Amino acid sequence: MAPRTEQEFKKHVQAGGQVETNDWMPDEYRAKLIKFIEMHGNSELMGVLPEREWILRAPTLQRKLALTAKVQDEVGHAQLIYRVVEDLGKPREQSLEDLIAGKSKFHNVFHYPTKTWGDVGVIAWLVDAAAIISQKALLKCSYAPYARIMKKICWEESFHILHGRDVVLALVTGTEEQRELVQEALDRWWAPLMMFHGNPIPAEDDPMVEWRIKSQANEDARQQFLDGYVPQIWELGLTEPDPELRKDEQTGVWHYTEPDYTELKHVVTGHGPRTAERLELRRISREETAWVRDVVLADAA
Amino acid sequence: MAVWEVFRQEREGAPFQHGGSLEAPDLAFAEAYAKEFYGRRAESLALWVVPRDSVLEIDEPYVAPVFDRDYRRVDGYSIKVKLKEARERAGTPAH
Ligand SMILES: [Fe+2]
Ligand SMILES: [Fe+2]
Repeated sequence: MAPRTEQEFKKHVQAGGQVETNDWMPDEYRAKLIKFIEMHGNSELMGVLPEREWILRAPTLQRKLALTAKVQDEVGHAQLIYRVVEDLGKPREQSLEDLIAGKSKFHNVFHYPTKTWGDVGVIAWLVDAAAIISQKALLKCSYAPYARIMKKICWEESFHILHGRDVVLALVTGTEEQRELVQEALDRWWAPLMMFHGNPIPAEDDPMVEWRIKSQANEDARQQFLDGYVPQIWELGLTEPDPELRKDEQTGVWHYTEPDYTELKHVVTGHGPRTAERLELRRISREETAWVRDVVLADAA
Repeated sequence: MAVWEVFRQEREGAPFQHGGSLEAPDLAFAEAYAKEFYGRRAESLALWVVPRDSVLEIDEPYVAPVFDRDYRRVDGYSIKVKLKEARERAGTPAH
């Protein structure tokens, strides 16, 4: 029997059950899905702006093409994700307008500047690594259409990580100056990376977990990130700017300096160092391309 | 703008499976977007792009309650027990 009450619905999703677009769902679930998935779409779309700044300055043609391909992938992810939001009831145009108006959020890491080519490597390697951990967990999302597109998205993210790691490896095996470039970028990105998975709210208290929109506690995602990538960072002779960072070999738990979650909140509510500038770029490009949409839609009508 | 459903085939002879949907004003754009979304890494051998309006979705595709139609299902047949009995009567070994 398909669930008909909120209680039955929660039981269904908590037992691992999934939901399709036309199934009945509680209003609160729909609202939470829209907000969460829309933020994901926004992040894919805004995430290309820090990287876009480096397409023209990429050191070789190969890198330029690879970076352009990554940007195309991320915009593609945004398109797929906004489609899912649209089927839940919020049109894509509305999502884009709310984004530009600062009414909706995007991930903290995309509010920061990309100072050097070292940042481009660190972003593609480690920001995408942090993101793929969340996205892999979303393969089990109770909302099936979202879980399904995550398969394709995760597959493409794996190329991004490779691209980023390759950029970083080229730099650390280059001149002393190039190596410094990576270390400095890592120093800049470490704090935002540590905040990326959010405050360590226990899974039992996380409403997103209760509805099985998420299946993983924030802290579990962060621990998985540290476990997977800190050894890879150390292996290159690079260091994180956190003297507390170490793994307790008995418990397997990573210790670290508590990230500044007030900064996280401040940044994602629209006060990051590059928030205003990047939203303005989105607004301008939307305005400048409006005529294309008008012509195409008029033609199709 | 219309919504189009995209079905992908990964290998020769494999079934077409739903890949996702896209928004496009007409067939030409739908084709271009479908190629960009689902074919740029040669991950699909072929695509079916179908206007969502043309898909007939049937939620409860049962023609009758399943319980009185067990002869249509694998678990409607208890071959194992009967085979054992038949072998015993015939005196042939199980293998
Ligand atoms: Fe992405
Ligand atoms: Fe990515």
